Amino acid sequence: MTETVVDFPKNFKKALGDGQLRHNLRAAMDTLGMRRRTLFSDLDVFEKLRERGDAIRQRALRQLPELLERLEQKCTENGMQVHWAETPAEANAICLEIIQKHNATRVIKGKSMVSEEMHLNHFLDERGIEALETDLGEYIIQLDHETPSHIIVPAIHKNRDQIAQLFHDKIPNTPYTEVVEELNAIARQVLREKFFAGEVGVSGVNFAVAETGTLCLVENEGNGRMCTTAPPVHIAIMGIEKVLERLEDVPPLLRLLTGSATGQLITTYFNMISSPRKPGEKDGPKEVHLVLLDNGRSKIWADPELRHTLKCIRCGTCLNHCPVYTRLGGHAYGYVYPGPIGSILTPQIEGLKNAGAMATASTFCGACEEVCPVKIPITDILRRLRTESYDQDETPNSVKDHGHKLNATESLTWKGWAFSNATPWFNALNAKLLGLAGPLLPKLPAVGIVKKWSQSRALPTFAAKSLHVLAKEKGIRDE
Amino acid sequence: MPTRPEKVYFFGTCLIDLCFPQAGMAGMELLQREGIQVVYPQKQSCCGQPAYNSGFPDEARTVARQQIKAFAKDYPIIIPSGSCGGMLRHHYPKLFADQPEAAEAQRFASRVFELNEFLVTVLDLKLEDRGQPIKVTWHSSCSALREMKVIDHAKSLLRQLKNVELIELQRERECCGFGGSFSVKQADISSAMVVDKVADIEQTGAAVVLSGDYGCLMHIGGALKHRNSPIPAKHVAEFLLERTQ
Ligand code: SF4
Repeated sequence: MTETVVDFPKNFKKALGDGQLRHNLRAAMDTLGMRRRTLFSDLDVFEKLRERGDAIRQRALRQLPELLERLEQKCTENGMQVHWAETPAEANAICLEIIQKHNATRVIKGKSMVSEEMHLNHFLDERGIEALETDLGEYIIQLDHETPSHIIVPAIHKNRDQIAQLFHDKIPNTPYTEVVEELNAIARQVLREKFFAGEVGVSGVNFAVAETGTLCLVENEGNGRMCTTAPPVHIAIMGIEKVLERLEDVPPLLRLLTGSATGQLITTYFNMISSPRKPGEKDGPKEVHLVLLDNGRSKIWADPELRHTLKCIRCGTCLNHCPVYTRLGGHAYGYVYPGPIGSILTPQIEGLKNAGAMATASTFCGACEEVCPVKIPITDILRRLRTESYDQDETPNSVKDHGHKLNATESLTWKGWAFSNATPWFNALNAKLLGLAGPLLPKLPAVGIVKKWSQSRALPTFAAKSLHVLAKEKGIRDE
Repeated sequence: MPTRPEKVYFFGTCLIDLCFPQAGMAGMELLQREGIQVVYPQKQSCCGQPAYNSGFPDEARTVARQQIKAFAKDYPIIIPSGSCGGMLRHHYPKLFADQPEAAEAQRFASRVFELNEFLVTVLDLKLEDRGQPIKVTWHSSCSALREMKVIDHAKSLLRQLKNVELIELQRERECCGFGGSFSVKQADISSAMVVDKVADIEQTGAAVVLSGDYGCLMHIGGALKHRNSPIPAKHVAEFLLERTQ
């Protein structure tokens, strides 16, 4: 894959300056958050449910290698064909081979974040194969040559007017309309025809059940069902972490997923795919392929702390509740997965040099952890990634590019800080000197961190007498 | 309710020590007024959080060890900050998990109380308001809210003050954007967040914004001052003392 170099500071500035974007995002995130709160209004019930979700995901991950083997065996018994891919390039090649075997040039796609991770559309496009997104949000951004800005609601950065204009500009003979029903009808009409013309359907997988070899797909528009049933060939793509042990693990997780994502008790469609069309059956694809992508997940799995990252069920609620994401949107992060989950997952996959900055875009406010339906310790993992950025000691589980940020200035600063704060006499002297300099502080030349702070905040002053001194003067005991 | 101790330690926190000592003095006075003997170890400094959160756990440990030493006796440790309190109570055990001091860090953590939490759950503090009618608003620091879970304690104290009207923020649960080094490392995002927070504070019509954490207060107060707002940002300990003197 090509090395992506993301200019985070530039992206962030641009996003923050886009008033329309911030307005759209805020409104959308508020609605999603409110719906979720309504559904999970009883906090004790929610806590019990997510403890169960956490336990199910931990149990699955503990047995990951065995469960994947069982999944392969069961799916194969059910008549599906299972493929393993170490890298996105391998996964793309597998998809291409299947598509070419059927001489297909028209692929219809249901929403899949893993296919985004593979940049599958682009890959196929370069080889003369049209991959059409059929999820309404994905369709909208594909029309505008954009990538998803959110893992659940990919076009959330756009408002109705912008979509109306886009349809008018990009879909031939489309009159301008802002009426939601009419916009839906326009998209439906385009997509209907494509569904029937599609030769291969591609979808993601929300859960794969090892016990029964069942692929579960959660969706609201029915496009997923069309993609997985109308064309003669269906390719399902999933990250290896999505496997569950038993069928009975599905209902609690489904509840957590739909409730967290959109505040729905259940989605309009829930597909359970267990085999290709059987003899005598009238519909369904003749071939079902399952592509299992690793892309760095085994490495994450090997570390007991980082492994929690893989519990994620991609509900997206951490994005909705993140004060940083709600101000930036997904595109500013520069990678497929934005927000809190993106900030812990991406640096582990792409390496700290390219993506480590994502881990610094957090105040550790913990809003994400509070809502995460599988209790991922997001802030602890972010902190771990920050630490790894400076840690040059090589261990089997070190994150890619660990230690790349180590530099003399920062190291010395923290060493000096540690010395001062662990050496009482020195610390006292320091406080005294700072106290003398205190009133001068706001007059400091605005450079470096002073400049950064001062862009929106007045500088504090150091007190003439520190609390240590005042406490002593007041006769407060020192023991 | 835990038994009322005779003596407590006070952990001032480095920020209050250096920039806002009046808040520390107010905290200690509130405790002394209830007949508690307060001990302020002169060998204390910082909880270590700045290094811990910046990716320098070794340096954080060096500083944390010094605190464990300075607060060696068995007294409860009272701290006027949810953020530093969270560091001591929830992160010291993690920081020392695979170190020889693991058990010691656990014991240390179990003695930590955030100031408002202690005033309410241990002392059952009763306040009598002596001030003029005033409208105030409250900022919850994220660590006080989510790690220490002490917001109800702080607000219950404010609600005892009969002339104080507490007007809550519309987005009380949203971070102000301080985040320690985040405020300068991601200054643009941090500024966008604090600008929203300040607007929320101003729409309440409150005369003062209160909080239990000086990290946020320095940030929010600085932003208010930056736009020449007359609203001061004040530590709840100072406010409680002023109102009841
Ligand atoms: S990290 Fe948690 S909240 Fe975020 S998408 Fe994954 S499951 Fe949802």
